[in-house]
Amino acid sequence: MNIRHRFFLIFVAFSAGICAAATAQDRPVAVTGAQIITVTGETHESGVLVVHEGRIVAVGEAGDVAIPADAGVIDATGKVVMPGLVDPHSHIGEGDGGDRSAALHPDVRIMDTINPRSDSFRRALAGGVTSVNVMPGSGHLISGQTVYLKLRRVNTVEEMLIYVDEESGIYGGLKLANGTNPLRQPPFPGTRAKSAAMVRALFIRAREYQARIRAAQDDPERMPARDLALETLVEVLEGKRIVHNHTHRHDDVLTAIRLADEFGYRMVLHHVTDAWKVADEIAASGYPASIIYIDSPGGKLEAINLLPKSAPILEKAGADFGFHTDDPVTDSRLFLRSPAFGMREGLSRQKALESVTIANARQMDITGRAGSLEPGKDADFIILSGDPFSVYTRVEQTWIEGVKVWDIDDPEDRKYATGGYKVIRGSAHGHHHDH
Amino acid sequence: MLTVIRPFRSLKYPTATLGLTATLALLATLLCLAPSASSQISASSQIAVIADTVYTMEAEPLVNGVVLIRDGKIERVGPAADVAIPDGYERHEGSVVTPGLIDARSVVGLAGYFNQDHDQDQLERSHALQPDLRAIDAYNAREELVGFLRQNGITTVHTGHAPGAIVSGQTMIVKTAGRTVDEALLDSTTALAITLGPGVRNQFDTPGTRSRGIAMLRQELIRAADYAEKRRSGDPDRRPDRDLRLDALADMLDGRLFALITAHTAQDIMTALRMQREFGFPMLLDGASEAYLLLDEIREAGVTVILHPTMIRLRGETENAAFDTAKKLSDAGIPFVFQSGYESYVPKTRVALFEASISVGYGLDRMAALHALTTVPAALFGLDDRLGSLRPGKDADLVIFNGDPFEYTTRPTHVFIDGILHHQAE
Repeated sequence: MNIRHRFFLIFVAFSAGICAAATAQDRPVAVTGAQIITVTGETHESGVLVVHEGRIVAVGEAGDVAIPADAGVIDATGKVVMPGLVDPHSHIGEGDGGDRSAALHPDVRIMDTINPRSDSFRRALAGGVTSVNVMPGSGHLISGQTVYLKLRRVNTVEEMLIYVDEESGIYGGLKLANGTNPLRQPPFPGTRAKSAAMVRALFIRAREYQARIRAAQDDPERMPARDLALETLVEVLEGKRIVHNHTHRHDDVLTAIRLADEFGYRMVLHHVTDAWKVADEIAASGYPASIIYIDSPGGKLEAINLLPKSAPILEKAGADFGFHTDDPVTDSRLFLRSPAFGMREGLSRQKALESVTIANARQMDITGRAGSLEPGKDADFIILSGDPFSVYTRVEQTWIEGVKVWDIDDPEDRKYATGGYKVIRGSAHGHHHDH
Repeated sequence: MLTVIRPFRSLKYPTATLGLTATLALLATLLCLAPSASSQISASSQIAVIADTVYTMEAEPLVNGVVLIRDGKIERVGPAADVAIPDGYERHEGSVVTPGLIDARSVVGLAGYFNQDHDQDQLERSHALQPDLRAIDAYNAREELVGFLRQNGITTVHTGHAPGAIVSGQTMIVKTAGRTVDEALLDSTTALAITLGPGVRNQFDTPGTRSRGIAMLRQELIRAADYAEKRRSGDPDRRPDRDLRLDALADMLDGRLFALITAHTAQDIMTALRMQREFGFPMLLDGASEAYLLLDEIREAGVTVILHPTMIRLRGETENAAFDTAKKLSDAGIPFVFQSGYESYVPKTRVALFEASISVGYGLDRMAALHALTTVPAALFGLDDRLGSLRPGKDADLVIFNGDPFEYTTRPTHVFIDGILHHQAE
């Protein structure tokens, strides 16, 4: 594997250098006076958050936390501070994925098609989203590789990558879908059973490819020819790349679990419309669920049971779950509305907080970086005007790695919170039929 | 400036049909042992609703208020200290009470939640100009989406044919209860649904442009004006043969139906206002994503705006929609109401209350939002003798919430329609 990734590693080293430059935060910043919701630890009613060089240095009650003498102090009295939101399923950034030539495109990278200047990124910042899994659509069994991004305000997609695995060069997951979306004319499957058979057949080929690579023992003469599709699936088989599996109906959920169990890969169930019907099975499987809140059931046959009660039922069953936006299906600016509607149905406040932060960080392997306010993690946080789950609350500031990237008091930024006047263009196209 | 004529409430269609339907319904009830599809929970005819805050919409909200309901009508409203609850009244308590909410524009009942051909009757694509299509002939009173709106506090909905044709058909007003359209009906023919802009050419070969669509509509309206003139003639020989399409358009030109014009971009809104000046029909401006660019023009035209769902997706002609347009309309003194709108995908319907909530979150005054969901649409549709506020004698349509109705985490715990409890949260 090392040989085949040599060139990519050069690219990785290069991009990491850019990342460091783009996010340099030389002077410490201290946010004071706010209620600080750490999510994984205590909530500090009059808290202090100190960040420096892009990382969280300290967080705690006023008086317990030393504020560096040279720190820029942000008085956030009366405000609420919480981690930047993590959205594990979004279509912002104007990227695309596989085409009609095949139903399985593990070699296709959405990273190659992202527009870093997309207004949709600004719109997401206005909603407090700082980390996002940008995915290709669900009209294929495998529509391509996803990319995990920080919404840093930069010019290249390389500068937006959250991480690049040093050994493998991986910076995202792999999008799978089952149910009705991938069912079309050949070369697509026509039935659910055919869908599962096609996915299984490809993973079996990937296992054989993996065996040939292992047998070669790094001897270039004995290595199989590079195959971008199988290479990606080997990464999945080795647990380095997480499968994000679009699925709606209860039996499709169970099929996704069956396949993941067979091949032993890591998987997140996405949408999971019927989660409330198979909550115990999801919990027992150990696979996390990423659910979506939609304002009414229906609109597609598989979504007629899409009800907000899934969240409290998954909580009760002990499943690991969070929410996603599927932007533009729901708007990133209103991401906090999703867990709030879960609370309307009985979801606990703590799980609601986790469902847009740390639970989603787990689904993207970024718990060391994002999802809670803890010393050592990236300084990604948002300042809210009030309770996170109130309709009257606005995101006022969004910070990524100690840099303020969106501010409601900046008239240019503010436009992205309200819309209108041609500020938002082209950000809600394309994905309509692939939800 | 033209005076906008409020349409007369049109008559329900002939009672012979009602009689047949009622008979069939009775037979069905007698023959069928399966549980009724009715959503009715309690049949008590005497109910007392008690809440910390009662928004009567007639005056300042009552603190610790009581609403008495008798035989489907509101009997008495007042502070608990003044209103004794008579023996035998079924009591329901909660945090906040509002009148039943009115969704001023929807397609539910014609559009169903499966989103398959068999439950999508909101847009007929055989011709772009079909004012003769009646909403009553396509309304499924038992549609899940109707029940879904009801659970969320919507007790009255103006629904019917969708945007997407020059004239897609008629609209009507129903309560969100009732097993049949006859039971649900408040007004059988409220408006003709007219669409300007690129949405039409996406559905039809003709018209292929905005201006072609307007030319087609103007020509048809001129024919309808001539027809209306002849229709009024006292001499039976001069009266024209009945033409259902021209009948409906002539009713609109005579001020008996609204022109419900969907227009999103600034140029399409201006075209709608130009058409209204030329033909003088009573008009509702629907959608109006770019209304904030034309506040003076809209105010001067004297039209009410049925504002796009606040959370409408931003693409194509709606890409300039904004969260704060309701506030701007309110500040400009332009009357507006909320709608669930039309969705071709998920969610299959929006909820007018949720759309109003986002507008409130982005600066709209809370009371202005409540009025836009109650008294304003009731008066707009000429139904304020029955709907829109909690006043003795009006229909007992009301909602109990477990908190601020606009909060995300609040839910309706009880929904009453005509004094009958149709929804009670577990």
